Amino acid sequence: MNRLTYIGIVIASIVVLVAIFAPLLATHDVGTQNLEMRFAMPSAEHWFGTDGLGRDIYSRIVFGARISLQVGITVVVVSGVIGILIGSIAGFYGGWIDKFLSGYLFNVFLAFPGLLLAIALVAFLGAGLGKLILALCIIGWVGYARVMRGQVLKVREYDFVQAARALGAGNMRILFSHILPNAIQPLIVQASLGMAGAVLSEASLSFLGLGIPPPAPSWGTMIEEARQYFSITPHVLFFPGVAIALTVLAFNFIGDGLREYLDPKQRTR
Amino acid sequence: MKYKLLNLIRQAALMLLVIWTVVSLVTVLIELVPGSPAMTILGETATAEQIDNFNRKHGLDRPAFFFSYSAESGFVWNGADNRYLDYWTGLLKGDLGTSFRTDRPVLDLILERYPSTIKLALAAMLVAIGIAIPLGVLAGTNKNGIVDNIASFVALLGISLPTFVVGPFLVYVFAVRLGWFSPTGSLYPEDIILPAVTLGAALSAILTRMVRSSVIEELGEDYVRTARAKGLSERKVVYKHVLKNGLIPVVTVLGLQLGVLLAGAIITEKIFSWQGLGLLLLDDGIRKLDYRLVQGCVLVISITFIIANTLTDLVYRWLDPRIRLS
Repeated sequence: MNRLTYIGIVIASIVVLVAIFAPLLATHDVGTQNLEMRFAMPSAEHWFGTDGLGRDIYSRIVFGARISLQVGITVVVVSGVIGILIGSIAGFYGGWIDKFLSGYLFNVFLAFPGLLLAIALVAFLGAGLGKLILALCIIGWVGYARVMRGQVLKVREYDFVQAARALGAGNMRILFSHILPNAIQPLIVQASLGMAGAVLSEASLSFLGLGIPPPAPSWGTMIEEARQYFSITPHVLFFPGVAIALTVLAFNFIGDGLREYLDPKQRTR
Repeated sequence: MKYKLLNLIRQAALMLLVIWTVVSLVTVLIELVPGSPAMTILGETATAEQIDNFNRKHGLDRPAFFFSYSAESGFVWNGADNRYLDYWTGLLKGDLGTSFRTDRPVLDLILERYPSTIKLALAAMLVAIGIAIPLGVLAGTNKNGIVDNIASFVALLGISLPTFVVGPFLVYVFAVRLGWFSPTGSLYPEDIILPAVTLGAALSAILTRMVRSSVIEELGEDYVRTARAKGLSERKVVYKHVLKNGLIPVVTVLGLQLGVLLAGAIITEKIFSWQGLGLLLLDDGIRKLDYRLVQGCVLVISITFIIANTLTDLVYRWLDPRIRLS
C-alpha cells in the first residue's frame, strides 16, 4: 500500500479515537454560550477560539466527530447490506430479475444526482438525524449493488463455485459461503469511499440547513453559522473546514490506496 | 445499421421509463409531507374554510392516486379523478403547477433562474477542463515522477475539499483580502469566476485523474510507437495522438458530471448568493415550504441529468467504435 494510504489510516484512526473519547477530550461544554467571549481568537483557554455565541470551537469539533462518524458508519453499514443483497440477487439469478434490477432499478436511482435526491427527501420528510441517515441510505445502496452484481457475475463462473454446486450446495450456501467472501475486496474499497461520501453529504446537508439542526455540533452546521462572519473572523470557519476536509481526505486515501493495492493492473502503473 | 437502430430505440425506451419513474417518485414525495401542505403553509391559525380554499385551488382536495385506502372504507377506486394524472396531464402541456406561495406558474419561476445555473455549470466545466487537461497530461507523461505525485495529491485534495469550504476560502482570499472580485452576487461578468472555480474544483480533480490514467494507457499502445518511429516530436505524439484518443473516457465523465454540477450548484449558489435554480429551490422552495416549487425544481434538474447521461452514452458509442461493435 502506498504512503498516502497509511496517512489516511492514521488520520481516520485519530478521528475515531476522538469520537470515542470525546467527553474526555473536550475542554468545555459544547452548548454553553458566553456572549462576552464571542469570536475569541485561539488561546490557552479556547484552543480553536470561540464562535458567534461564545461556544468553544475545539470542543464542538471534538463532539462533531461523533455525529460525522455515526452518520458515516450507519449509512455505510445499512446501504452496504441492502446493496450487497440486491446486487447478489441481480448477479446470481440473472434473467429477468437482473434485467429489472440492474437494467431498470439501478438506473432509476442513478437518474437523480445523489445530493439532489437527499435534499428532496429531507425537504419533504423534514430535517433530523434519522431522516438524514434514511436519505443517505436511499442514495447510497446502489453503488454497493452495482459492485456486488459485477463481482457475483465474475465469481460465479469460477471452478470452485461449479464444484460446490456439483457437491450439492444450495443457492444460499453458494452465495454466502463461496461467492460473497471472494467479492468482498472491491466492497471494502466502496465502503471506504462511501464513508467519505457520507461524511461529506452529512456536512453538505447540514450546511444547507437540511441536516442535523442546531445546536448539535455538526461540522456542516458550524460552517454555515461561521459563514456570515468569516470575513472578520476566519478561524471560526477554518477549524471545522479542516476537520471535514481531513476526515474525507483520510477515507478517500484509504479507499484509493486499497483499490490500487487490490488491483494488480493499477499497482504496476 | 439495424443493430444501431435497435440499440437507439432501446436506449430511448429506457430513458422514457426512467423519466416516468422519476416523475412518479417526485409526485409521491408531496404525500410524505407530515400533516398537510395547507396546514404547513397557512399555519395553525388557519380556518377550515381557508384550508379548503387552498386545497381546492391547488387541486389538493382530489384523491392522490387511481385508488386510495382507508381503514373505514378499504380500497376505493378513484378512476381518472386523481392528482397523479393531473400532474402528468399538466406536465405534458408544459405546466408544472402553481407555486403554493406566489401563485405564479412554477415553470415561469424555474425558467427565470435556470439559465443562470446552466451558465454557472458550464463555466465550472470550462474551469475543470482548463485545469485537468494540462495537469493530467503532465502527470501521465511523468508517471511516478514528482509532478505526477503532486498532481495526484492535488487531485485527491480537490475531491475531498467540500465546496462549502473551498468557496468561503476563495471569497476570503480573492474578495475580502485582495479585493479582486465581489464576494457575492452576479452584477459584473467577472463575478462568475469565483463560483465557477468553487464548483469546478472537485470536477477538475476527478478529470485530472481520468486524463492521467488515460494518457498512461494510450502511451502503451502500438500507434504511439508507430508515431514515434515516424519521427514525430513527443509533444505532437502526446497532444495530437494520445490526447485525442485519451479524451474519450473524459467525455463520458464530463457528461455524467453535468448532473453532479447541477446538484452541487445548490451549495455554490448559496455561498455566493448566485440567483440560480439551486437558490430558488432552497430559499423559495424548501425554506418557504413551497412544495410545488420543490417538485418542479427537482424534476427539472433530474430530467436534465437523465437527458445529459443518455446523450453522453450515445456520444461515447459514436466516438469509440469498439463499444459500438461489442
